Amino acid sequence: MSLSPELSRITEEPYYQPTGDEVALFEASYARRLPVLLKGPTGCGKTRFVEYMAWRLARPLVTVACHDDLTTADLVGRYLIVGNETVWVDGPLTAAVRAGAICYLDEIVEARKDTIVVIHPLADSRRVLAVDKRGEMVIAPDSFMLVVSYNPGYQSVLKEIKPSTRQRFVAFDFDYPEAAVEAGIVSREGGVDAETARRLVKLGELTRNLKGAGLDEGASTRLLVHAAQLIAAGIAPQAACIAAVARALCDDADMNGTLDDLVAAVF
Amino acid sequence: MISSPPSSNARRLFGEELETRLDEVLFASHSHRSATDIALGLEALTRSQQERVLHWAAVAAGTYAEIGYQIAAFAPKAFPLLDDAGFDAWVLAGLDAYDRHGGRAAMDLLRDLEGFCAGRDGLRPLARLSEIEARLTRFIHGLSGRPLALAAGAAAWTDTETIYLPTEQESQPEAGANRRLYKVQAVILWAQTRFGSFGSTAVDLGQALAHWLDTEDQGRCLRWLSALESVRLEARIAFELPGLGAEIAAVRGPWPAALAALLPRLYQPQATLADTLALLPLCLLDGKDAPRLPHAVAIDPAAALRVRALRIERDMKTVSRAISALEASAGSAGRPEQAEQRMAAPAADDASQLALEGEALALPPEARKAALSLVQDLGEVPPECLVPADPGPWQPTHLDSAGKRGGEDLVGHREADHRYDEWDYRRRAYRKNWCHLFESDVAPGDPAYVSGVKLRHAGLIKQIRKRFEMLRGEDRMLGRQPDGEEVDLDAVVDAIADRRGGLEPSPRLFSRRVRNQRSLAAMFMIDMSGSTKGWVNEAERESLVMLCEAIESLGDAYAIYGFSGWTRTRSDIYRIKRFEEAYDDAVRARIAAVEAKDYTRMGVAIRHLTRLLLREPARHRLLVTLSDGRPDDFGDEYRGHYGIEDTRRALQEAHEQGVKSYCITIDRHGADYLAHMYGAARFTVLDDVKKLPLKIADIYRRLSS
Repeated sequence: MSLSPELSRITEEPYYQPTGDEVALFEASYARRLPVLLKGPTGCGKTRFVEYMAWRLARPLVTVACHDDLTTADLVGRYLIVGNETVWVDGPLTAAVRAGAICYLDEIVEARKDTIVVIHPLADSRRVLAVDKRGEMVIAPDSFMLVVSYNPGYQSVLKEIKPSTRQRFVAFDFDYPEAAVEAGIVSREGGVDAETARRLVKLGELTRNLKGAGLDEGASTRLLVHAAQLIAAGIAPQAACIAAVARALCDDADMNGTLDDLVAAVF
Repeated sequence: MISSPPSSNARRLFGEELETRLDEVLFASHSHRSATDIALGLEALTRSQQERVLHWAAVAAGTYAEIGYQIAAFAPKAFPLLDDAGFDAWVLAGLDAYDRHGGRAAMDLLRDLEGFCAGRDGLRPLARLSEIEARLTRFIHGLSGRPLALAAGAAAWTDTETIYLPTEQESQPEAGANRRLYKVQAVILWAQTRFGSFGSTAVDLGQALAHWLDTEDQGRCLRWLSALESVRLEARIAFELPGLGAEIAAVRGPWPAALAALLPRLYQPQATLADTLALLPLCLLDGKDAPRLPHAVAIDPAAALRVRALRIERDMKTVSRAISALEASAGSAGRPEQAEQRMAAPAADDASQLALEGEALALPPEARKAALSLVQDLGEVPPECLVPADPGPWQPTHLDSAGKRGGEDLVGHREADHRYDEWDYRRRAYRKNWCHLFESDVAPGDPAYVSGVKLRHAGLIKQIRKRFEMLRGEDRMLGRQPDGEEVDLDAVVDAIADRRGGLEPSPRLFSRRVRNQRSLAAMFMIDMSGSTKGWVNEAERESLVMLCEAIESLGDAYAIYGFSGWTRTRSDIYRIKRFEEAYDDAVRARIAAVEAKDYTRMGVAIRHLTRLLLREPARHRLLVTLSDGRPDDFGDEYRGHYGIEDTRRALQEAHEQGVKSYCITIDRHGADYLAHMYGAARFTVLDDVKKLPLKIADIYRRLSS
């Protein structure tokens, strides 16, 4: 007897605005059964892109947010005691492999190095997952796809992706979209008019100018959408930007002063 | 002298103790005055105030002995008027005045205590540039993307690389309004460089003004030009940044009649310099002077055009080199005339759309910046630089004094302790055993220095320790242990399953809480070159204290070495703390004695310290360099491109050996070459050296967690 986690299918089309040839590249990778690595700053649309592609390819999507206590068993599965029996439960990765789903490991650098190794045989031409405890080799069907993401902007020296892992993937660079496209996204996702969206994107651009000069990252598209949503809910634009963008970016009092100035410059 | 850190309620120092310490601090003074009277004056202050005075007197005396003397002399008068932060601000204002205008200005400022207090209390509506400089610099940086420096000048004007603003402003009725005036002027000056006040490919400002500039009407012409541009730029700013537009309008007030008539043509977001120049002769004809706007700025086309021309030349070279590199890699080099046609120049305002046959052209970051800069200067990337240049080495920075051979090699008195290769980018090979490296201890200094710093930053140190202890305190549950405080359910389930399946169950059924093993060795490489003299050195020493306090509570292995040099035959490495040494009095005394020495030959220092770091048994090795700018050495070619390439190479070597490097640079003008030089390493640029002690612990925490 084995239990398997429910796999959800995405039934409604998620909103995603392509910014380059990433859709075609992803489809080609899927067709040739190549795993994909998405690189990019936080909040630029990596997760949304994967959801969109899962919908487009009509595959179930299994998302795992990686963290530093994630063990191999958390991914592959474990025995549980049910009544007086031990029962095997597939982990999300195994379930995804069996079902031929898309498995998305978000922020893979956060996972422990020994955990990451289990995906190696899945991410090359073997396409198998070893379930040691059951002595089983799960062969991935053609429809299974492995997608991982990470943010190369992190400054910690302890969090880097090893070449042996990195070199199994087709890698896509993600970045914040161009101003006009980003304004369209902010306007649609945040429910604000085009002019407000244009100003929010301008604010985003100004904060990104300060990356490396006091800020670790500029405002992400996600933050701009948050600010737009607050504005759509009736909060005054300046207050919304200060709460959703300026304060979310840093704690440093001086830098906050500068960010407030930038917000005031735009609104 | 005190040897242990005095707590906040430590007893006051008596007159003779104060005198001894003042004598030490002001030792360098040639004034032959006795410190007795000053010491007596300081007796009435609290201990922490006394320490504060001694500290600042020492700092100031390091710059100019007389200032240190004055600070100590005026302190008894200053403390009833000012709190601690106010006292610091007073001293800093004095040092600032010295840096900018010399000794007399500093003395005048320090003596005018009432004036300073009044300005601080808002009685005088005075705004000082030094108070808002850091915030304004970041703000302007945020606006433009192209770094513009801020500096004090006689008037508000810009040469397109630096915005000059007066040191003080008092024209508005309150201090807040005067600060706003600074901001508005800085924004107008930024807009001059951003929105083409100095010409574009279509308009040549120099030519347009040539007729007026040689006449006695020159001043009037420039004032009109500046006024008209203020109108045009305000419209542009209000369109792009409405909030800022409103702020400018508030400072400006109603338009003077002479300008109001021109608004329909000039106050338009799409108006350009051509519109201004078309209106300029009409304004000049009737002989009247330009109306004076409250936020008027000066304009100096000659100086600005000179600086701009140099930058354009440099940027064009960078872009065309990058394009030739791209062309070469695309396998279509040698067809420049076609390249020109295939490259579409970008839209007026967006260099990111530089396109090749309709496809976005992926320029490397430095070239992209240069292209953006060209768009700001010229309104477009000129077609001629889209033609690939001669194939040449990639050159993101301007060469200065390359190939110049100055002083003779200086031979040291003893054999070098080590010899290292150095990378010569022109040969694309190493010069063998080129650098002679000498290792020695920093001669111990005053062990009380560290106590003084700890006393002054007691609050901050407490905070840092707490945060770092939390980091260390992150316990970890280890599962599947032979013994431990809790039963590991996963293990038990596995064991039951194994037994059922006829396998031998594992006896490791417990979980145990353990301290996180970090296994990290950090090497700090401190710039002790001559350029760190004064502020930077002071900040470095304070930072080292903060760092040691922080890492001690974390338990990582760490070492600190200083570096300096004088030609390739004399590269010095100064030991401050070895890995195996404890943070004891000897180390503290060495930290106190870190001082500015000679030059910055970085490559050899990186190579040597990497070697030391590799001996440490740790899983992660981290090399943190702390410097104040570009590599530099006496007389030879190290200054310029050669040094940048060697440093880059040394960091790459470290990276290949598994050493992670991180560079902290205090140099807000240098951001253009840093990304290239640090290549394999990560880096941060601090615009304000005074922040270093506050930031360094956080930087380390972020790096290592």
